[in-house]
Amino acid sequence: MVVRFLTILMMCLFAGASVAQDGPLRLTITDGVIEPLPFAVVPFVAETGEAEQLAGDITRLVAQDLNNTGLFREIPANAFISVPATFSEALPYTDWRAINAQAVIRGAVSVSGDQMAVKFRLYDVFSGEELGEGLQFAGTVQGWRRMAHKVADAAYSRITGEGGYFDSRVVYVAESGTKGQRLKRLAIMDFDGANVQFLTDSAAIVLAPRFSPNGDRVLYTSYETGFPRINVLDVASVGRQQLATAPGEMAFSPRFSRDASKVIYSLANGGNTDLYITDLTTGQNQRLTTAPSIETAPSFSPDGSQIVFESDRSGSQQLYIMSTSGGEARRISFGDGRYGSPVWSPRGDQIAFTNQNAGRFHIGVMRTDGTEERLLTSSSLDEGPSWSPNGRVIMFTRETLGETGTSSLWSVDIAGRNLRQVVSNASDPAWGPLQP
Amino acid sequence: MRTTTKALMVLLTLSTAACTRPDRFGDEADGSGVSAGPVAAAPAPLSGANDPASPEFFAQTIGDRVLFAVDSSTLTDAGKATLDGQATWLSTNSDYLAIIEGHADEQGTREYNLALGARRANAVREYLVSKGVPSTRMRTISYGKERPIELCADEACYSKNRRAVTIISSGGLS
Repeated sequence: MVVRFLTILMMCLFAGASVAQDGPLRLTITDGVIEPLPFAVVPFVAETGEAEQLAGDITRLVAQDLNNTGLFREIPANAFISVPATFSEALPYTDWRAINAQAVIRGAVSVSGDQMAVKFRLYDVFSGEELGEGLQFAGTVQGWRRMAHKVADAAYSRITGEGGYFDSRVVYVAESGTKGQRLKRLAIMDFDGANVQFLTDSAAIVLAPRFSPNGDRVLYTSYETGFPRINVLDVASVGRQQLATAPGEMAFSPRFSRDASKVIYSLANGGNTDLYITDLTTGQNQRLTTAPSIETAPSFSPDGSQIVFESDRSGSQQLYIMSTSGGEARRISFGDGRYGSPVWSPRGDQIAFTNQNAGRFHIGVMRTDGTEERLLTSSSLDEGPSWSPNGRVIMFTRETLGETGTSSLWSVDIAGRNLRQVVSNASDPAWGPLQP
Repeated sequence: MRTTTKALMVLLTLSTAACTRPDRFGDEADGSGVSAGPVAAAPAPLSGANDPASPEFFAQTIGDRVLFAVDSSTLTDAGKATLDGQATWLSTNSDYLAIIEGHADEQGTREYNLALGARRANAVREYLVSKGVPSTRMRTISYGKERPIELCADEACYSKNRRAVTIISSGGLS
């Protein structure tokens, strides 16, 4: 075994050290990857006549997915020294080393009727070896974007050693109308804003949709009865029904447990908002908090044993963690300003939140014990973070103020880099799981 | 007793008519044919905002809303004075029901503002109850920051958005 040394320039924000890494091609995502890894996508080969257009589209989408992470830098095709004409012929590594491509992706697309298949291979240029086995995905022509996302996910995953997030969807609130009479409807889209599909009309206000863990259902708050209640919507059939909550005037801010057996939410009664859990199997309701303060925006830990939520029991909005079986809550936010809409990360180690301080709003992350707090964004109104399936990126709502103000969805990585707008006229994103 | 019976009749009559809730509840167009006042009443000599028994009079002359300080649900003295007028009107015009809407300005997160709006609406309800309005005639709802009436991005607008509005309804409360 030849041992190689592949150095990726990294700067760890907290250790403050550059790290040299040995072994096969591996981009270790730290809080401080500052030099994107150069990669090339060889134009995918059309193996059937009808596949030509698709091969080009998929090539571009694979490159775009990786490029948009901020972790990779695409080498433009006009820099390529050679381009293999078929999928099977050997890759001349020297031609790719010469243009400093560290990873090369190549693929082929074939179409038969409304079905298509995509093959791909990933190469570690400096070792001159394939990184992992070749893979093939098959599906409908209509679903071609998903296949490109799957190729990009596989490449991302093999290079970083972490799960991807491209073949995932986001449920959100699509907005139209003026600010004083905003029309809101539920919509679902691919993570990159493509394939928008509306799930409700805009007859009633809808707020803050949340996916079930496997993405088959969506919880959201609806005013369709005239008063805010929680609905459950089946994504495939778009059928919906009201969730049977504990009796109360207003139910809102729902979220599934990670095993989808329970829903946690806020219920307002007599002006007091507390947290409740409804077991979907037994229909039993459990009241978690009884304080006269506002308790809302609950989110489960991945193992389901704890929740993080916001409360103003101290006099201002702050974040707390407590056991799902009840008991004492422990405050974890101690920085400047107010903290709201906490969300437990998929890995379980961090909490994303909205911070409001001195007239500015920030999306931030902290460890579950409240340490290592970092504010990732700043604007006149950022709120409502949602984690990517791999816990590396956060999507949130950014709203511009004033009469002409609108909301849009933005994403940022958890190092605070790569801030980008996803779609406009949208709010309350909830990022779903990687699709099977 | 007679009043109660009449109120029930009005309720029953209206339950078969189109929705009479404020337009923000849905998409019902104006001109649905439902009069704003009690349908059982004889033609009044005064109409609209000039009629002291009309919801328009309540909204414009009595005052349908009270305002709150930032992040507060405490009633101000001016707010209490308005609510004293509301309580008197509701006692006189006992056919009507009230839906109390709580609202927040946009300087807050969505969930918190929903909860804050609920607090504000409830503060109004509790005050009206203390002045003799039966709680069964009132229902509260929070819109959080979803329905601002003033759209500028400074305190001049925010102060008007931090409000609780009493909507007079001759329809049901649900």
